[in-house]
Amino acid sequence: MGNYYQPEIETASREDILKIQNEKIVKQVRHVYDNVPYYRDLMDKKGVKPEDIKGVDDIRKLPFLSKADLREAYPYGLLATPLTDCVRIQSTSGTTGKRVVAFYTQHDVDLWEDCTARAIVAAGGNEDDVCQVCYGYGLFTGGAGLHGGSHKVGCLTLPMSSGNTERQIQFMMDLGSTILCCTPSYAAYIGETLHEMGYKPEDNKLKAGIFGAEPWTEEMRHNIEESLGIKAFDIYGLTEISGPGVAFECCEQKGMHINEDHFFAEIIDPETGEPLPEGSKGELVFTSLDKEAFPLLRYRTRDICVLTREKCSCGRTFIKMCKPMGRSDDMMIIRGVNVFPSQIEAVLLKQGYTPNYQIIVDRKNNTDTFDINVELTPEKFSDIISENIANERKLEGAMRTMLGISPKVHLVPPKTITRSEGKAVRVIDKRKLHD
Amino acid sequence: MAIRQISVFVENRPGKLYETLKTIADEEINIRALSISETKDFGILRLITSDTPKTIEVLSKEMIINTTSVIAAKLEDRVGALCYVLDYLAKAEVNIEYVYAFTASAEFGAYVVIRVDDVEKAQKVLDDNNIPSLNEEDIKDI
Repeated sequence: MGNYYQPEIETASREDILKIQNEKIVKQVRHVYDNVPYYRDLMDKKGVKPEDIKGVDDIRKLPFLSKADLREAYPYGLLATPLTDCVRIQSTSGTTGKRVVAFYTQHDVDLWEDCTARAIVAAGGNEDDVCQVCYGYGLFTGGAGLHGGSHKVGCLTLPMSSGNTERQIQFMMDLGSTILCCTPSYAAYIGETLHEMGYKPEDNKLKAGIFGAEPWTEEMRHNIEESLGIKAFDIYGLTEISGPGVAFECCEQKGMHINEDHFFAEIIDPETGEPLPEGSKGELVFTSLDKEAFPLLRYRTRDICVLTREKCSCGRTFIKMCKPMGRSDDMMIIRGVNVFPSQIEAVLLKQGYTPNYQIIVDRKNNTDTFDINVELTPEKFSDIISENIANERKLEGAMRTMLGISPKVHLVPPKTITRSEGKAVRVIDKRKLHD
Repeated sequence: MAIRQISVFVENRPGKLYETLKTIADEEINIRALSISETKDFGILRLITSDTPKTIEVLSKEMIINTTSVIAAKLEDRVGALCYVLDYLAKAEVNIEYVYAFTASAEFGAYVVIRVDDVEKAQKVLDDNNIPSLNEEDIKDI
């Protein structure tokens, strides 16, 4: 049996959840249609009226939203409430440098934090716990999301943010952290560092970790659990829908429960857009049922996934999603940050290079390595070594501004980028992230 | 005056230097002087050859190259000969990026190739102080 933060919802019967969803979607579609001209146009074009949506079964009639829509509507085009009612923004990188900006009313922040609180309680958290949050704070949703949930549960919250591993470990040991929230690669890194410092897994007081924001494997879970002496739980989310906590793992550690009272999930065929039956593999699509400020309907996540309603031993009735098994677009998640090849291309063109490049991603010592080979042009070439190195550094700086993380840039001669059947191979991902 | 040096961008990988030099050897071009500096990823091969225009033509087809004017100053065979030259350049506030030496025969003597920030000024310093230097005609047949 599991622990629940909101048992009446988390263990509600299928009928009760459906009733809640049906009521919410009718109101939500009306709210969006009345207040978001961008989406109203999409609905009108498709010939769908708010009154056509009588329950979640009708969601399939609604038009999709994609990252491209977010870019086009940036920054206020999908906002559904007056700005004066909003209390927060969070942001993530977009496809061509334009960031995704999501708005939150206090109601939206509350429901998001309820979701992360459910995740913390499902991992065994309660008011006696010391919850160390080392997701990045700031625009990234990781820090704010788990921080808020930790408050709701009543844990002593350590708002560490990311980085400075030495300090992380000092606080962890001195203050007896019991729950660790960060990316799985960072958790593995902390585990290794503790080991190098001579600590054994039983020397720390951690009992659980909530790890997300990047893909990880069962093997990684096993390593983290061994090295830290904890149970490691997965968490899923995206800024567009709210942030981490859209779905979370329970004690069974087999798939993540989607917070269905707030988010309606579908699996579609990424080619045709047709909804697929339960158990099918396809693209995950979310509809926000009761967010006020930034309520996306039928948002295509591009994550490839399977949903299942099999009964869970934890007692929760929420539908479960598997770990995302890949992407239906070319987005990569590197050190927890979304990276699109098109962003890299945009930087190169702006800096006067050709769009001939190759991204090489690998994972060494549990940290993602991120290298970009860029074909040099005669105009950029100097006989002085330091000037060529300065060009590499300049590109790295421009990439960091665009992406939020720094790649290592290597200038290479033209025509050296690997080609397969005449087509340049843009991305080589050597990480084995999907089992 | 001054001579043109051809710089070639070469990947720091086995066989790459050979491939580059083979290209010019196949064209019967003779290397007069050469230097290489390297980083982890790439090297820069700097060449002075018997036929500069032809070298440019051949190498630019397949590789990234650049041409830079450098000065080639003759050194006397005695202690302090290079210092003697550099002293004049320093006093004229000419900045030096890099230097490499070459020789051909006893009669030809020893030379240093000097890459400077202001090649016209540097050449004038040499001429004004009667330090012999080479031009492209001089290196065709040594």
